[in-house]
Amino acid sequence: MKYENRMRLKFPSRSVNESFARSAVAAFIAQADPTLEELGDVKTAVSEAVTNCIVHAYPDGIGEISVTCRLFEDGTAEIRVSDTGRGIEDVERAMTPAFTTGGDDRSGMGFTIMESFTDLLKVRSKVGRGTTVIMRRRLGRRKP
Amino acid sequence: MKLSTASAGTKLTFFLSGELDQHAVRDAARTMEMKIEASLPRDCVIDMSGLTFMDSSGIALVLKTYRRMMELEGRLWVENVPSQPMRVLDASGIERLVPVTELAGKE
Ligand SMILES: Nc1ncnc2c1ncn2[C@@H]1O[C@H](COP(=O)(O)OP(=O)(O)O)[C@@H](O)[C@H]1O
Ligand SMILES: [Mg+2]
Repeated sequence: MKYENRMRLKFPSRSVNESFARSAVAAFIAQADPTLEELGDVKTAVSEAVTNCIVHAYPDGIGEISVTCRLFEDGTAEIRVSDTGRGIEDVERAMTPAFTTGGDDRSGMGFTIMESFTDLLKVRSKVGRGTTVIMRRRLGRRKP
Repeated sequence: MKLSTASAGTKLTFFLSGELDQHAVRDAARTMEMKIEASLPRDCVIDMSGLTFMDSSGIALVLKTYRRMMELEGRLWVENVPSQPMRVLDASGIERLVPVTELAGKE
């Protein structure tokens, strides 16, 4: 599939950047004429993926997070969120609802939300190397 | 994010507004914990009418408050939830534990 437009963000894993990242992606995909619900879903999914890099990938310091977004001709947005942090030992287990290695400020529902708010979710991870989350969501399917 | 509190008799209400994410949740959780310990309410309400964004950090906040209210043999409600936070609560299945009501009118 050919893409029409793309953007790339790189920023340090500071928690103030959660809001920056989801707002920047929302501003970029606005050109695909998404509904309010689609916009909210993508913002939420991006917030979950970026928060995971901040909280889990770099638990003891600051690392780089990269977010890329591509828009395809058919109105599909593909978002990749990558870190070069700790990595996930067992991805399937990590994606189980309510599974968390975080404290009681975490719910273990991040992957569940990414999954239910997108059309496709792929997670690639290598321990000690980092994690990439790829999400796709079709936009602008409003009724005439 | 902003958090304000109203207390009436044995009922404690938390009003959340702005964006509730991981960056905001720690302070909010600490303040809510302190307020609950100070007044040991029987009924607790989390009013979300002012929230413009919420992710799964909000679920953790509700769950934490729910566990504390259960220990106190009290009750918890989540009220006036706007549409984006409502989709997050829906996806989490938290309504099996805590009664949730949507924000009426608007949107
Ligand atoms: N980018 C990441 N790097 C390392 N571990 C991760 C990453 N993303 C997720 N995880 C692991 O997967 C678990 C589940 O993630 P999630 O569903 O978002 O729940 P939560 O963030 O509330 O723990 C996390 O507790 C963590 O162990
Ligand atoms: Mg998470």
